Amino acid sequence: MTHAAPAAQPDHDGMRAMFRTMTLIRRFEERASDEYMAGRIGGFLHLAIGEEAAIVGTVSALRPDDPLTSTYREHGQALARGSDPRAIMAELLGRATGICGGRGGSMHLMDRERSFYGGYGIVGGAVPLALGLAWATRYRGGDQVSVTMFGEGAANQGVVSECFNMAGLWDLPIVFLILNNQYGMGTPVERAAAVEDFYPRAAAYDIESWKVDGMDVLAVRGAVAEAARLAREERRPACVELLAYRYRGHSMSDPDTVRATEEKERWKARDPLVTFERVLLGEDIIDAGAIAAMQAEIDEVVTDAAAFAEESPEVPVVELARDVYAQPWNDDARGSALMRP
Amino acid sequence: MSDGPAQMTYRDALNEALREEMQRDDAVFLMGEDIGRFDGAFKVTRGLLDEFGEQRVVDTPITEAGFTGLGIGAAMAGLRPVIEIMTVNFALVAMDQIVSNASKIHYMFGGQATVPMVIRMPGGAGHQLSAQHSHSLEAMFTHVPGLKVVVPATPEDAKGLLKTAIRDDDPVIFLESEGLYGKKGPVGGEDDLVPFGQAVVRRPGRDCTVIAHSRMVWVALAAAEDLAAQGIDVEVIDPRTFRPLDLDTLAASVRRTSRAVVVDEGWPECGIAAGVAAHLYEACFDWLDAPVVRVNSADVPMPYARNLEQAAIPQAGDVVSAVHAVLGREAGA
Repeated sequence: MTHAAPAAQPDHDGMRAMFRTMTLIRRFEERASDEYMAGRIGGFLHLAIGEEAAIVGTVSALRPDDPLTSTYREHGQALARGSDPRAIMAELLGRATGICGGRGGSMHLMDRERSFYGGYGIVGGAVPLALGLAWATRYRGGDQVSVTMFGEGAANQGVVSECFNMAGLWDLPIVFLILNNQYGMGTPVERAAAVEDFYPRAAAYDIESWKVDGMDVLAVRGAVAEAARLAREERRPACVELLAYRYRGHSMSDPDTVRATEEKERWKARDPLVTFERVLLGEDIIDAGAIAAMQAEIDEVVTDAAAFAEESPEVPVVELARDVYAQPWNDDARGSALMRP
Repeated sequence: MSDGPAQMTYRDALNEALREEMQRDDAVFLMGEDIGRFDGAFKVTRGLLDEFGEQRVVDTPITEAGFTGLGIGAAMAGLRPVIEIMTVNFALVAMDQIVSNASKIHYMFGGQATVPMVIRMPGGAGHQLSAQHSHSLEAMFTHVPGLKVVVPATPEDAKGLLKTAIRDDDPVIFLESEGLYGKKGPVGGEDDLVPFGQAVVRRPGRDCTVIAHSRMVWVALAAAEDLAAQGIDVEVIDPRTFRPLDLDTLAASVRRTSRAVVVDEGWPECGIAAGVAAHLYEACFDWLDAPVVRVNSADVPMPYARNLEQAAIPQAGDVVSAVHAVLGREAGA
């Protein structure tokens, strides 16, 4: 199976599709927030509201077979890759119909069929996995590009620098996407980083690197398309830093009292959905009626996903130890021989 | 001259397993520090770079967390990486990759991805390498569901278990012993795989069961000789893998002998011997005539001074004393 790499700038259909995906992510996460407040979602729930341009700009610039990895803030990546909203919402509710059978939850979505290799909970910990996916591509002579999204907070983890080094040393086909939302939980960049730009860190390892406005979906798409082209055609790694902002706290348990209201309002004034909608309307790519119809359709999708999840069965407890091992050593051990009645 | 099976060192047995599995399956590749041009810190990978090339025998920077994680990602994509961490001591900087990623990916994502990789690393003390280079970390890895943990004691098992590990679909922690690389013994052929989860009786006996793994098997066997001279007949059992653990074979032996000593080069607290002893209490309590006794390294960071180091690691004499204790005999009686 071969795929054409997406163009740096999408056609009108492409732009409408990107706008729809951004709107879907926004509505889906707002509904997830409601489900959490209603007590139906447990654990952590990290919302990416405000970061839709960074997510959709990135994913739309990739081929569907380019392996993608992400952090624990990854509902949007799964939706952008085309995963079933029902299966994602069911995973958030911990149901048997969830995309990972209720094992992963919000932080650990994966859709292998769509080359989405997962959301990971240890900051920076997934970056070497992405390097390994790039390694495997080169080992087999494929032309996929491994793309890994992580935050500026992760860029301070040592293992990320290790990966920059190996990618630069071995010219692996990987794109590092540093989604700089300017806060590592509640700690602002200026209190965590000696230098507030992050892309020069990759550049230090001979990786072509630059920074773009992560609130502008077309700018993100163009930058990621170029980065993917370098990795795919010239077999060189690349790094793009996306400057963006998340509107909500780090997770639902963060009341977000640290960040100034004025700062939040300033960024919301550049809301990626609002600004992109203005572009689409201004260039007659979409009209108000089509937007209303799209939003109604998305509301239906999200309502349906939530209803599906709520009506789905719980995971049978007898399956507790299923899948601990891919190759269990006997029929009794559904996972571990050490787990006895 | 004997026509018996080929004699080979533990080191060369591992090398042969790697070579055979690389010839058999193109998806197998090796990665680690100084494994190519330098032939490996312990020469286990000698000659493999010449035979298989730089694509499949990869020298890495000193970046254990990074290349261990790279191996996990490559395994998720269907390759079969064999990662060499130069010694188990350096695995500590890769623990996040091993514990948070390798062991959990199959479960956490509902079985969508597998991690068919092997992480080889030698460990153990005895060469005056002092506190940071003398670990036996079996217990740390065995603690983690999702990993398989393999501890070969002989050249035959080193080869046969490594071949099994490479063909296994789960992440396998393959713990070699620095003290055994030069050990010679017979090895199996290309198709002789040693299955996981099958303990082996190294020496049959009726008075007491001694459970030991890796280099401690040889310490236990030396102790058994000393005890035999005293008229005490011990059975030495080698679990060979801790995940899976062949509790059936261990428990069957203890039910026959009614006494057990567990020898482990690691530390005593929450260690491998402690875990095995707990299993034996649960499985064999009504058969035991004495408490299970553990023989561990001393509960200290490993000292450098030769005499202190030797005092810290289990010796045959310690095993003899432990057997005396479970038999209710005074030392030297």
